[in-house]
Amino acid sequence: MHELSIANSIVEIATAAAKRQQAAHVNTVYLRLGPLSGVVSDALRFSYEIVCEGTPLAGSNLVIEELPVVVHCAACEAQRTVDSIQYLRCPMCGAPTPEVVQGRELEVTALEIV
Amino acid sequence: MTEPRLVEVRQKVLKQNDLLARSLRDRFRAAGVYVVSLVSSPGSGKTTFLRQTLMELKSGRRVAAIVGDLATDNDAARLARAGVPIRQITTGTVCHLDATMVERALDSWALNELDYLFIENVGNLVCPSSYDLGEDLRLVLMSVTEGEDKPLKYPTIFNTADVAVITKMDLAGPAEFDLVAARYNIQSVRPGMRIFEVSAKTGSGMSEWFQFLQAALAIAVSQ
Repeated sequence: MHELSIANSIVEIATAAAKRQQAAHVNTVYLRLGPLSGVVSDALRFSYEIVCEGTPLAGSNLVIEELPVVVHCAACEAQRTVDSIQYLRCPMCGAPTPEVVQGRELEVTALEIV
Repeated sequence: MTEPRLVEVRQKVLKQNDLLARSLRDRFRAAGVYVVSLVSSPGSGKTTFLRQTLMELKSGRRVAAIVGDLATDNDAARLARAGVPIRQITTGTVCHLDATMVERALDSWALNELDYLFIENVGNLVCPSSYDLGEDLRLVLMSVTEGEDKPLKYPTIFNTADVAVITKMDLAGPAEFDLVAARYNIQSVRPGMRIFEVSAKTGSGMSEWFQFLQAALAIAVSQ
């Protein structure tokens, strides 16, 4: 389970950003997460709570925006959203779609601070 | 009492690792060494496959390996019998290698005296997928005894790898391994993925893999 070290990195990023803003506390961390990032959101939430203790993020919320996987279909010449990371093929024409446009994200987008 | 306010951050969580991996990649390229990492579940035959690869390459090429393991140096000891330089990374409780660990293991190694460097990750099909190590090629291995649906169970690691290797093909019969289904499942999670079907024990399928490595090095050093 590497979510603990991922959660640690999130706390470090948020703590540094809060310090730059001269904020005393972080209320909420907003995160974008793609299914191909290799990070499981439930495990991350669990780890996050633990690593926030004793930091300016203690008791804060982690809001995770779970992104769908978007691929480029060369046959349709269009971007398509696929339902499952187990089947990377165009939902319209069925062509295999190796080119992943979105789905690997693991990114802190914003903070709510006081 | 100050009001809560929203600030934009926009930072990749693994930015530090990604930056370090990029600088490692530049270092590898400058030294002319082709770097291959291996990921798989425990017991898939990664070490045997790697040992055979090292044995084959060492006659004409300069090769070395870094081996990640949770607690033991058993794999490093097994690989050392191949007679090439081996370095061990003991990760303790950490379930994956990251770029920092690789950088530390490289230390003062003269990379320009190598043609190939192999990095064997910790046996785990989940955690290593998130961490770029600066490698040129990431190999995911699955053995015939693990079942043909492995790619569907661990799509992320198959998707982030470049090449798949099906190992222990000599056991395909007794294990009732469905090769067609396995290939189909790999293509489903990673369309177009190159697949090698090998037995490191009997040597079957290994020559295709060696040819692939030779060609990959030739391309890498010509760039």
